[in-house]
Amino acid sequence: MSESLLQFKNVSKNYYGNSVLTGINFDVKEGEIHALIGENGAGKSTLMNILFGMPVITSTGGYEGDVLIDGKKISFKSPHEAMYAGIGMVHQEFMLIPGFSITENIKINREITTPNVVSRVLGKRLETLDMVTMNADARKALDKLDMGVDEFIMVAGLPVGHMQFVEIAREIDKTGIKILVFDEPTAVLTESEAQNLLAAVKRLAAKGIGIIFISHRLDEIVTVADRVTVLRDGELVATKEIKDTNAVEIAALMIGRKVAISRVQSETRKVSDEIMMSIRDLHVGMPGEMVKGIDLEIKKGEIVGIGGLAGQGKLGIANGVMGTYPSRGEVLFNGKRLNLDDPHATIASGIGFVSEDRKGVGLLLNESIELNIAFTAMQVGNKFLKKSGPFRFQDDAAIRRHALKMIKDLDIRCESPLQHAGALSGGNQQKVCVARALTQDPIFLFVSEPTRGIDIGAKKLILDLLLKLNEEFGMTIVMTSSELAELRSICDRIVIVCEGKVEGVLSPDASDADFGLMMSGSRVKKAEDSPKERVSHV
Amino acid sequence: MESLHNRSKGAGEWILENIVTLIFIAFTLFGFMVSSGVSVGYFFSELSSRIFRNSFLVLSLIIPVLAGLGLNFGIVIGAMSGQVAISIARYFEMGGISGLLFCFLVAALVAALCGYFTGKLYNKTRGQEMIASLIVGFFANGIYQFLFLFVVGVVIAVPATHPMIKPDGIGIRMTVDLVPVKQGGLKYALENIYQIPFVHALLIIALGLLALLLIRYYWNKRKGYGYRNRMSSLIVNGTLCLALAGVAVHAMVTKSQLMMVRKVPVVTGLLIIGLCVFTVLIMKTKLGQDFRSVGQSQHTAEVSGINVDRTRIIATMISTVLAAWGQIIYLQNMGTLNTYNAHTQIGMFSVAALLVGGASTSKASITHAIFGTILFNAMFIMSPEIGQSLFGQAILGEYFRTFMVYGVIGVALGLHVWNTNKKSRITVE
Repeated sequence: MSESLLQFKNVSKNYYGNSVLTGINFDVKEGEIHALIGENGAGKSTLMNILFGMPVITSTGGYEGDVLIDGKKISFKSPHEAMYAGIGMVHQEFMLIPGFSITENIKINREITTPNVVSRVLGKRLETLDMVTMNADARKALDKLDMGVDEFIMVAGLPVGHMQFVEIAREIDKTGIKILVFDEPTAVLTESEAQNLLAAVKRLAAKGIGIIFISHRLDEIVTVADRVTVLRDGELVATKEIKDTNAVEIAALMIGRKVAISRVQSETRKVSDEIMMSIRDLHVGMPGEMVKGIDLEIKKGEIVGIGGLAGQGKLGIANGVMGTYPSRGEVLFNGKRLNLDDPHATIASGIGFVSEDRKGVGLLLNESIELNIAFTAMQVGNKFLKKSGPFRFQDDAAIRRHALKMIKDLDIRCESPLQHAGALSGGNQQKVCVARALTQDPIFLFVSEPTRGIDIGAKKLILDLLLKLNEEFGMTIVMTSSELAELRSICDRIVIVCEGKVEGVLSPDASDADFGLMMSGSRVKKAEDSPKERVSHV
Repeated sequence: MESLHNRSKGAGEWILENIVTLIFIAFTLFGFMVSSGVSVGYFFSELSSRIFRNSFLVLSLIIPVLAGLGLNFGIVIGAMSGQVAISIARYFEMGGISGLLFCFLVAALVAALCGYFTGKLYNKTRGQEMIASLIVGFFANGIYQFLFLFVVGVVIAVPATHPMIKPDGIGIRMTVDLVPVKQGGLKYALENIYQIPFVHALLIIALGLLALLLIRYYWNKRKGYGYRNRMSSLIVNGTLCLALAGVAVHAMVTKSQLMMVRKVPVVTGLLIIGLCVFTVLIMKTKLGQDFRSVGQSQHTAEVSGINVDRTRIIATMISTVLAAWGQIIYLQNMGTLNTYNAHTQIGMFSVAALLVGGASTSKASITHAIFGTILFNAMFIMSPEIGQSLFGQAILGEYFRTFMVYGVIGVALGLHVWNTNKKSRITVE
């Protein structure tokens, strides 16, 4: 437990002048489980990309500082070099071929072959596969993980937990594996599968393999890890021995307080007690952002924030209500039930949506600003249209008048209303999206990730705009964002979503530790696994 | 765990997956029912000669399917390479076995080169390989025509008196007689080496397959692949083989109509069996495993360090060379080279035959290829008969079979897209 297997010394990385990692010192000892934790964008994946020599690092000018393995400085140019040096990764989404047997997956591109007549002439690639030895090797790797499943069955029908183990078996089958990185290994597992996995991780560490365990589940980290390192905004906040710390402290370290939150709210705004939208048991099938049963009530005149880590389902809520992804559940808006399969009717009933996917769903990039602003209102609200017999034409003059007003009101910086939306900066594109939502005269607005990819100055403008809409026009706003700080700056209450469900509701001035614990889903253990939802395979 | 071994599918799903095969079996049986004029002898004579002619071409499609390239309509280019080789041999009046070997060699070189470039094209048109292969076939046809209609005679000086060359001295004739092997030509160069009666061949194949089944069963057991064996399939296949052998023996004893069936060429048969063995063996090598890895998931293969592009090019080259040889076997059996038409339909017909056998754009096996060739050609023989007996016009049946060819490809592609969409459909939970 003394020798440092892997060391990062003062490692920094910037993408085109944008600093994403600064002066990281981090080490893993032999047989140690070192947990790495941080919010999205804290720099965990960049750190791992550096370790693996991923092309995304090498093609953007490399990194500063040193990475040492066994005290020797290394600099991998490709993931394969890293693989040969004994570094393995268990991916979050599986790199398995469903139509192959477990053995074939474990041995992919490392097949054991025996020479034959043809291969002696035409080269190694025509050597015959030695399935017997391959099966035996696979068996050995599976046994190390105490996995009883037959090595020759297809991966396709396996439960998710087994697939994860096949991935691990593949890594430990590689000779001389020294360091194993687990990237959110339990994210897709059921409770009992996760327990098995953690036990396996401990066994591997006991064999002397250094383990980097990336997870946001604090309770797991506390049970399995020896040390924990917290990253925040590309900086190393702290490295602590697990026995000297606890979940609450780690959570507080993870969230931190980035900027002083200035909450300026005029006294005139009022939140009525009237419930405007009530969501019951909403399920949304948005890939990567699954919502698994949300109940939420939104009062008239409120600004509600939806927060949580990426992939936990916060983005799915607005998309589900608006009908951009298949969804199930009951949504009442002003007492009337919304048909979730019919975005047209939802928009017509007065709900606006500023999508998180600005360039995909939000804008017609190759069309003019004015058309972008007027588009939905023309389609849904029959606005800006002139009737002439059986035909309807767009009313160019009215569109121009309206666009110019919006450009002035929202301060959209552009050359003319005819400029293509794709040519604008991120902040101005976002304003066009908001302008379009406002053109529908909504009484209720969903705003998702309004400040993603926008510089600081523009962020402030967008947030001020939302606040103004709420104060002056009494618009009810549901804002979904990955940035806790901005949610805390304008929202009345913040709903934290974890694993597709509402984990809890916090006031904006709750403590950092409260937010951190809730986002990690490791608050008080209460009815954690409802057996209906979780099917155990083991 | 047992349930993971054989996940049983519903009957409906099974029917849907094999719909094309089932339609063809029904159609052929229907043909026998309505048309009284077809004698068993005629039917099997036609069928066996067609099978020996076409199997090689259909088998050449398997490797690209396994390597994830889909149905390689580009075998048309291989066929053209074969015809280039045959034309050269014919021009210099080479014939017999030596002439045929020369053809195989030249065709392999030309086809390997063409296959390399088609493979490169497929890598550039990833995900659209099938449409690319179809179009590149048409493009190559243009080059082929330029070569045969213009370059020969204008760029390369040839005597106008040569029987291959058009009377005006420019270009090659529409049909070129390949000259029977007895007169020093290529016609029947393979067939005439050794021939045996149909029923004997049937008996040998049936017993050979039975022996193969048993050997494989015991081999698996001894080498520790016991899990690959399944008693039920051994019994079913073994019974089928025995039944086939029984039919052959019965025909020999009773001197039934089957004895009237045309003799079958042994060497062609051996070549086809050889190609089957080659396909099986190469899939058991590292290269074959790479084909499968790339075929199943290019991304995973790439991440694991397999050179995906190179593997795909090799697969295309092998397929093109095999198609070139297949076309040579086809033409020596036909006896005439239909210079500008012989290759055009090869891609479509071979692909259709493979699909009829139960293959899809992502799975194919030797069984699919051979079974498909048999069924597809049976349909081809029966169509005019059905047209004759139902409508009084054989030509209607011929129209119908063209419709069937394109219909089969259409259904298979439609099913493929439908299945892919079904997999990627987003649902709640």
